[in-house]
Amino acid sequence: MKPGPLLRLRGMIRKEWLQVVRDPSSIAIAFFLPLLLLLIFGYGVSLDATNIRMGLVIEQPDTASLSFAGGFEQSAYFAPVRLASIQEAEAALRASAIDGIVWLRHDFGADSLSAQSPPIGVLVNGVDANTARLIEGYVQGIWFGWLEQQAERAGRPLRSPVQLEQRIWFNPQVRSTDFLVPGILAVIMTLIGALLTALVIAREWERGTMESLLVTRISVNEILLGKLIPYFILGMGGLLLSLVMAHVLFHVPLRGSLWLLFAVSALFLWVALGMGFFISTVFRSQFVAALVAMISTFLPAFILSGFIFDIRSMPAFIQGVTYLIAARYYVAILQTLFLVGNVWSVILPNAAALTAMGLFFHGLVYRKTRKRLE
Amino acid sequence: MGPRLLALIVKEFLALFRDRKSRLAVIVPPILQLLIFGYAATFDLEHATLAIYNEDSGAFSRDLIGRFERSPAFEVVGYLRSEEEIKPLIDRKGALLVLRVGEQCSANVAQGESCAVQALIDGRNSNTAMLALNYVRSIITDFNEERIEQTTGTSLPARLAIRAWFNPNLESRWFIVPGIVALLAMIVTLVVTALSVAREREAGTFDQLLVTPLRPWEILIGKAMPGLIVGVGEASLIVAAAVYWFRVPLVGDLLTLYPALIIYVLSIIGIGLMISSFSATLQQALLGSFLFIVPAVTLSGFSTPIANMPDFMQALTYLDPMRYFLTIVRRVFLEGAGSEYFWNDLWPMSLIAVATLSLATWLFRHRMY
Repeated sequence: MKPGPLLRLRGMIRKEWLQVVRDPSSIAIAFFLPLLLLLIFGYGVSLDATNIRMGLVIEQPDTASLSFAGGFEQSAYFAPVRLASIQEAEAALRASAIDGIVWLRHDFGADSLSAQSPPIGVLVNGVDANTARLIEGYVQGIWFGWLEQQAERAGRPLRSPVQLEQRIWFNPQVRSTDFLVPGILAVIMTLIGALLTALVIAREWERGTMESLLVTRISVNEILLGKLIPYFILGMGGLLLSLVMAHVLFHVPLRGSLWLLFAVSALFLWVALGMGFFISTVFRSQFVAALVAMISTFLPAFILSGFIFDIRSMPAFIQGVTYLIAARYYVAILQTLFLVGNVWSVILPNAAALTAMGLFFHGLVYRKTRKRLE
Repeated sequence: MGPRLLALIVKEFLALFRDRKSRLAVIVPPILQLLIFGYAATFDLEHATLAIYNEDSGAFSRDLIGRFERSPAFEVVGYLRSEEEIKPLIDRKGALLVLRVGEQCSANVAQGESCAVQALIDGRNSNTAMLALNYVRSIITDFNEERIEQTTGTSLPARLAIRAWFNPNLESRWFIVPGIVALLAMIVTLVVTALSVAREREAGTFDQLLVTPLRPWEILIGKAMPGLIVGVGEASLIVAAAVYWFRVPLVGDLLTLYPALIIYVLSIIGIGLMISSFSATLQQALLGSFLFIVPAVTLSGFSTPIANMPDFMQALTYLDPMRYFLTIVRRVFLEGAGSEYFWNDLWPMSLIAVATLSLATWLFRHRMY
């Protein structure tokens, strides 16, 4: 091979690399932000509810009502507060001083003895629907425990007809860290691959230095490759850092193959770079490219990828939209590789979709950039 | 307002809206985001895929399974015939959960024993797994309750009467959509303001601005105006969309919401101008705002409750203006809470606004390249 093209390519890579390394803000995006994201999501950002502030209103403290209230005091989920009256409790609920109320009226004990099935008033603040639903579940659990206890005390043990045994596979302790940390990799790779690249290249177009590059003897292929390689290295560096943190700091299991993880991540990074190149080539202004990259790559990687919000919960129309989001395929592979193993029936179709998206974007970029030359 | 200041404000608006692309960028993306995220960001599980493996043939188990088949929370995707089918099905995400009813189920119940039911759930997404488990539990609890009353003929010693205030059907959309007001107001305001100083620095015109007779506070007002108008305007648009499109009830008073919104947007402008003053180039300003937005959103409680974060992270959230406004906007929307509840949210937010705006003004003059 002639030394010419290789030398040109090396020069191009070097220039790009220096451009990234010398700007503190791109270093911040490539290393500081991934670190921050991993720390935030790794350290138990979770949707579980604990220390629920429950206001207990017991109008007539007797054996029945006190034993019911005892269930809340022993529960790990609740931090109960005794309140004197329902009026006081409702005021506290309105002021958000408590999350819910359990109200045992003065005739609760007597009615429960005479088997009149008195109601236990439960009020929860429904603003955060997810938490409210969890609270309802916990209250139900305490109530059922209390029923069993009452029946036993009465000498006729209550046998519930259905005995549920639950097994949560792949994550028996239901640690949200184990599924958030693999998912955040998709966000980090999108950040470096698409957002950072879109910005830096749009800047070249905006300042006119791209045109200066295009009139040199360097070919379109060399320009694209020269730009691809430094960001690719940066992205894989970010991945490595994240993997080390996931393993050392958060003890996330990796049940699939590490090499497969690298291969799939390289594939996704290539797709993300394609999107970044595409956005910058089309919009050519940093301001617009940044906004477009944020809205079409970063935010979807966060919200539409299945990383926090499960795609299966979304309305059909939005589920359709998620098929256009590259991060969706990567998140599916990541969660499976980390928590389940090398399940080819998940990995292959998703990897095929990523390959198709990558070819599409890189093909478009190649055509668009070549046109500018003519 | 002097004519000098007015001229500056007009100039700032022209700078923002001069080209079609940046005009579109301020208007179109927020609307798209609102629509997509308003629908996508939900924790309500509907039609969770369920496969049933029933080893029993009695009436009792058929009755129990009927409950699951009729529940809107689940969609039955298949009936399994052997144990070997379970693992591959869950592994390839064919079903979120498998409900397995033991062989002796109906016979055991007839003898006064219990029927063993297993719920095997795909835990790849632990939140979804917990939600699904909760639905399974509540169906089984209801079923048990009815059965006990039927067979023993006596009523239970007590029953639960659960009610949810402010959001009776527990729709998580009612929680998320008002949050988008806070989210988008922040993104748009920050991007618009962070760019304003940096754009001029990059073009070299900021130094010219500094040598005009304009005082620093006048420059501050001029630079803050576009962000304030665009931020408050766009937030209003989203409030309207939340009410008329997503049908989220706005119980509270706009007079409570708007002062809080203005303080919130001002605090974001302060942060945007600070980032802007620190940046030498447009690119740094954009990346800087990004570096602020991501942690600010995740720490605000937008998608996960602050109460569940570790203590040191909870302490950090007090620096995040979005945390305060998010509380206010949600409570005004759903609870109809009045200003008297919000002093503890308003004063820290005001403090952040005053501190960042003054610092930004100071930085105008003291950060020269």
